[in-house]
Amino acid sequence: MAKVKLTVNGRAVSRDVPDTTLLSEFLREDLRLTGTHVGCDTSQCGACVVHVDGKAVKSCTMLAASASGGEVTTVEGLANGELHPMQKAFNDNHGLQCGFCTPGMIMSGVDMVNRYKQAGRELTEEAIRHELEGNICRCTGYHNIVKSIQDAATKM
Amino acid sequence: MSDGIGARVKRKEDKRFITGKGKYTDDIRVDNQAYAAFVRSTHAHARVVNLDTSAAEAMDGVIAVLNGHQLTGDGIGNIICGWAINSKDGSPMNMGAWSALATEMVRYVGDAVAVVIADTQAQARLAAEAVEVEYEELPVVVTTPDALADGAPQIHENAPGNLIYDWEIGDQAATDTAIAGASHVTEMEITNNRLSPNPMEPRSAVAIYDEGEDHYTLYTTSQNPHVARLVLSAFYNVAPEHKLRVIAPDVGGGFGSKIYIYPEEITCLWASMKTGRSVKWTSDRSEAFITDAHGRDHISTAKMGFDAAGRILGLKVDTIANFGAYMSLFSSAVPTYLYATLLSGQYNISNIHANVRAVYTNTVPVDAYRGAGRPEACYLVERMMETAAREMGMDPAELRRINFIQEFPHETPVIMTYDTGDFDGNMDKAQAAADVAGFAARKAEAAARGKLRGIGYSAYIEACGIAPSAAVGSLGAGVGLWESAEVRVNPVGTVEILTGSHSHGQGHETTFAQIVAERFGIPIDNVQVVHGDTDKVQFGMGTYGSRSGAVGMSAIVKAMDKVEAKVKKIAAHTLEASEDDIVIEGGEVKVAGTDKSMAWHEVGLAAYLAHNLPEGMEPGLKEGAFYDPVNFTFPAGVYIAEVEVDPETGVTDIVQFTAADDFGTIINPMIVEGQVHGGIAQGVGQAMLEHAVYDEDGQLLSGSYMDYCMPRADDLPSYTLDHNTTVCPNNPLGMKGCGEAGAIGTPPAIINAITDAIGNNDLAMPATPQTVWRAIQAAKAPLAAE
Ligand code: FES
Ligand code: FES
Repeated sequence: MAKVKLTVNGRAVSRDVPDTTLLSEFLREDLRLTGTHVGCDTSQCGACVVHVDGKAVKSCTMLAASASGGEVTTVEGLANGELHPMQKAFNDNHGLQCGFCTPGMIMSGVDMVNRYKQAGRELTEEAIRHELEGNICRCTGYHNIVKSIQDAATKM
Repeated sequence: MSDGIGARVKRKEDKRFITGKGKYTDDIRVDNQAYAAFVRSTHAHARVVNLDTSAAEAMDGVIAVLNGHQLTGDGIGNIICGWAINSKDGSPMNMGAWSALATEMVRYVGDAVAVVIADTQAQARLAAEAVEVEYEELPVVVTTPDALADGAPQIHENAPGNLIYDWEIGDQAATDTAIAGASHVTEMEITNNRLSPNPMEPRSAVAIYDEGEDHYTLYTTSQNPHVARLVLSAFYNVAPEHKLRVIAPDVGGGFGSKIYIYPEEITCLWASMKTGRSVKWTSDRSEAFITDAHGRDHISTAKMGFDAAGRILGLKVDTIANFGAYMSLFSSAVPTYLYATLLSGQYNISNIHANVRAVYTNTVPVDAYRGAGRPEACYLVERMMETAAREMGMDPAELRRINFIQEFPHETPVIMTYDTGDFDGNMDKAQAAADVAGFAARKAEAAARGKLRGIGYSAYIEACGIAPSAAVGSLGAGVGLWESAEVRVNPVGTVEILTGSHSHGQGHETTFAQIVAERFGIPIDNVQVVHGDTDKVQFGMGTYGSRSGAVGMSAIVKAMDKVEAKVKKIAAHTLEASEDDIVIEGGEVKVAGTDKSMAWHEVGLAAYLAHNLPEGMEPGLKEGAFYDPVNFTFPAGVYIAEVEVDPETGVTDIVQFTAADDFGTIINPMIVEGQVHGGIAQGVGQAMLEHAVYDEDGQLLSGSYMDYCMPRADDLPSYTLDHNTTVCPNNPLGMKGCGEAGAIGTPPAIINAITDAIGNNDLAMPATPQTVWRAIQAAKAPLAAE
């Protein structure tokens, strides 16, 4: 067993879990934060993306124990009284259909915009499409996901 | 009404999804939760000689290890195919037995032989690995030609030669004669590649047996919970319908693959009764690849005859469809009534004959996947048209126009009656939006950059809202294909719509609310759409085949008609006016031409107070309706793809993709466009990326996202969409359906464009860079040899 101490969405949590517990499992099963989804078993789909210490991470590829001590933000922790601009942009631009990929898309989108802003680079459509390489959506054909991220980038 | 028909209303359901508050089946965990893990065959075809569960049973947390003999011993029935197709000699189709847990034989890699129930998922999975199965391997059949070969291994005893049926439609002699008299005949062999549906949410089930009530509840990833309950009860004997509640909560995409009732749901329900524990199973992606029904997998040869002016005289098609190891729920209907009946495309063709053979192979069962039969038909017809145009030296758009059906209703020789359409108008819109006129210049510019630019058309038609029930019944369907709805007006005037349609991404909570908001003049936020629970909604046939608009919403309209009639009676009584003078407008129920009115909610309250109702009227304001359509609906459109191929690498860029669709009336254009976007992406996936590939031993080679290429954002362009509207005359809103169009119309447009670019028409899907590069080299080869 491993002791996992994390700050999740601003709240300190501590649990004893088997050493092999993935961060995605820890969030979903131990903390019951089921907004983080699991869509594959080969770290390809990105449905599980959360932020660990401010960076986008596929939570299915990280052990809960190795995140210990860190700060985790999940899609549930993004809204701060009101919707995050990225969340709002997904609603405004019909960036989701079944919603399963959406938490990962939103968390990747926020990270992407932040990184480009920090680096002073322009987030073009081409760049967004390239950056989304690790996030699969089966419903939307990406058209409106790209638009949502473009829209949010102007508001973040 | 700003939220009514035609408004781009933002989706009501989004809030829970964007905040992580959606409730999918795997998010549900109940008291006393146990977990199931399946022991699956690692062989494609084998006899089960021995099953040793003793080691697994002794492991930590294991509650039970259950097998197929116990399952069948408890009277759980075999999995059935619900559409009976007879061969052309009149004999019934050869359906082989399929038990949820195999007893003696396994017939594909992934076939379940036992299930472990344990306290945790990890324990269940570990124990499943400890179950020892001794197999006697048998020879394997994987491809359709091999299945029909002389001396091929037999997969089911009652299907000699692995043939399920040999079916035909149309007039063979007349078609042969027509083609014999043609001045040009185009002949092709066409393969429609096998796909894995891959909704992003893996399948999942939570089964809860309540011993005190002798009652079952099943949470499941289903597109049609009532159909699931019906089949689980009537055929699989899990529990009678009144003792089984099926809930399909938020469902993360389906695309057909969540229509069917799979072995896992049956087993979880039964295991819950056996163990007295709630049993949960969630597929991982690897398991999904080897258990979710695959799609497509047709091999066809086709001949199309033309007269000297380019008019089609006849079309003859011979198709073999691979059904995999067992007949899945709707498998038999796909290459027959959903495929061969659409082979007339948008064209006036007097003579068509199609022969379809369905075969067993040692692969995952194959069933409907987005479009189901119609993509296969469209691909065949539209590849033939483009090829014929090239062979005859005609403009491909012009050849299509010459043959477009102009008058409606139009009866095809393959039993469809197209109700309405404007095929030239669709073509005009698509050509304008795609700037076809500027293509030559763009091609020249690309050539200067060393790129091969090509353009390809596809004029698709599909049949949606499969119906009426009596007609599909006469064709072998085991169910009626109507839809039901209930409209409940509450005493405060808010409205609940209970629908038998199921939303797993389609946005029903918004679109359905829009038609109610429009009709009763109330805010859309005062309308709640309820679906996906057999305890709440009386009945429903679910969502597939683009039926929720044309069929599901029509049922809502019918129920609203009844509500409106009662509202008018109450208002007329209260306001002392004639019923005929009552109008509902802007949230008020008024006497036309006077200032007498009641607020909408006052009528609701009056209905429930029942203090002053017309003589003999029942209290309350709630009406239900069943709607059975009179015909299919026929969405149609023209898609144009423009691609650039790098001749050095075969890498293909879709530089522009244009879709002009006729869906009839559109309630929410934003949602409809989203459906088209997603369909196009799946169509591009089939055309360029996706392929479910087996090796000769029946092992699935493309069994993960490392090997099965899902369309990613950077594989796709932004799309250019336009609409052309002819209103469907056969349903109250004039809707045709939009869910599958993209997946149907896209593949031929892409392949026609790539083959145009590279100057070699011999190109199979998926057109990966390697395939395209080879085709480029092959086109050069004759030149090199000269
Ligand atoms: S679940 Fe993490 S990448 Fe798919
Ligand atoms: S919205 Fe369904 S997978 Fe993206």
